[in-house]
Amino acid sequence: MSFLGYPRQDGSVGTRNYIGIISTVSCANDVTWWISQKVKGCAPFMHGQGCCCTKPDIDLTTRTLISLGWNPNLAGVLVVSLGCEAVLADVIADGIAKSGKPVEKIVIQKMGGATAALAQGCRLAQAMAAEASKVKIDKFDDSELVLGVKCGASDTTSGLASNPATGAACDLLIDNGGTCIFGETTEFIGAEHILARRATNPQVAKKIMDIVARMEKRAIDMGFDMRGGQPTSGNIAGGLTTIEEKTLGAIVKGGTKPIQEVYEYGERPQGKGLFIIDTPGREPEFLTGLAAAGAQVIVFTTGLGAPQGFPFIPVIKITANPITYSHLSEHMDMFIELSDKAGSGITQAGQNLYKEILTVASGKPTKAEKINYGNFPNIFTIGPVM
Amino acid sequence: MRQQAVILNPKDNVATALADMRAGATLELDTGERTMVIKLNDPVPFGHKFSLANIDPGSPIIKYGEAIGIATTTIQPGDYVHVHNVASARARGDLAGGAK
Repeated sequence: MSFLGYPRQDGSVGTRNYIGIISTVSCANDVTWWISQKVKGCAPFMHGQGCCCTKPDIDLTTRTLISLGWNPNLAGVLVVSLGCEAVLADVIADGIAKSGKPVEKIVIQKMGGATAALAQGCRLAQAMAAEASKVKIDKFDDSELVLGVKCGASDTTSGLASNPATGAACDLLIDNGGTCIFGETTEFIGAEHILARRATNPQVAKKIMDIVARMEKRAIDMGFDMRGGQPTSGNIAGGLTTIEEKTLGAIVKGGTKPIQEVYEYGERPQGKGLFIIDTPGREPEFLTGLAAAGAQVIVFTTGLGAPQGFPFIPVIKITANPITYSHLSEHMDMFIELSDKAGSGITQAGQNLYKEILTVASGKPTKAEKINYGNFPNIFTIGPVM
Repeated sequence: MRQQAVILNPKDNVATALADMRAGATLELDTGERTMVIKLNDPVPFGHKFSLANIDPGSPIIKYGEAIGIATTTIQPGDYVHVHNVASARARGDLAGGAK
């Protein structure tokens, strides 16, 4: 099967054709936002990191920003820097430029302030957007697709139908030679033994066990029962009693194929097949992790109605909760019917979802794109803000 | 006729309600291996769970064929099963005595 996309210099294929306006640090976010709203064809990436943290988080933020710049949905990138931040704008711009795509940089402190940076940034972004508009759309095999999967604001319907349907779509894509990425390590707690059995080798199995132990230790070290934070009070209201129950319903969204490798947050998986990225489950950080990993399309299942998309990636919202589907129709792209027989109807639902993924990849806007919802993601950090 | 609850694995000792259920409702359910009849002792909202068995305190609650937590009280068939009678066995910093 095939989809329509935009060829990139590094051989990847975009499903969208934006100029990414990327803040190096939270202090540059206003300029990033202004440019993205002023110049047609731009998508902002703003976040709360980039400074006043320890080296592991500086490195993590740098790696993530470079990987975001590599995302195939960006035809070019404008890096927006304040000037005095801990992450280095030149390192980020040079790292992105290795992808072969055009990269420009503006530094607010050097240019005499935000309004001067805005003027110069708009000129640069407009020129890049004009160049990007010349990229010819073409037909590509679905093996070029990198699909990210996510669940959020889950309830029990997520584990009964929307996550299994997403897993079936992942299996189809991998059978067709493509790539799927999932994560949300917190939601492996209680099912890590099931995932580890699907690892392609003992090293990968050990990594799965290790990232879960590391994530669980962070929660335990806080000295509280995690319940209420994970599962959230909303998850509990939706019928999910424990993290183990949430997990067992969540992991099925990655399908049933062998797990090829486990990557750190901000890394870009190499090769085809099913991959894990080590991330928390929270939306602003996790969606960024998928984008950094190179996802061109994301399927996001929800029970209670998580609304967010991502600035330069189409995010398909699916739910099996009939109340959510009717009540939040401005956010929901697809409904999956609940069955009273375990597993019944899931194969067909997965095929329907797969068709929708290819249609969205080819340009059909998602609900989140239509109302431009999802402009405030973040980057995962592990250490303190200082 | 469509069942009003689903059992996801024959090993499970809980079922998930597919509609808001009232106390006293009698349900005939297919476990995947046999048919069983359960009378609900409590109201159970859509998407929430009820017990299919006698579960002792400290015993696992089984859904998807896997443990999803530990019973904190005696649970009878037909009882509503949720945070009031089930604890998580994982990420329990409150029990580990971590930094407060």
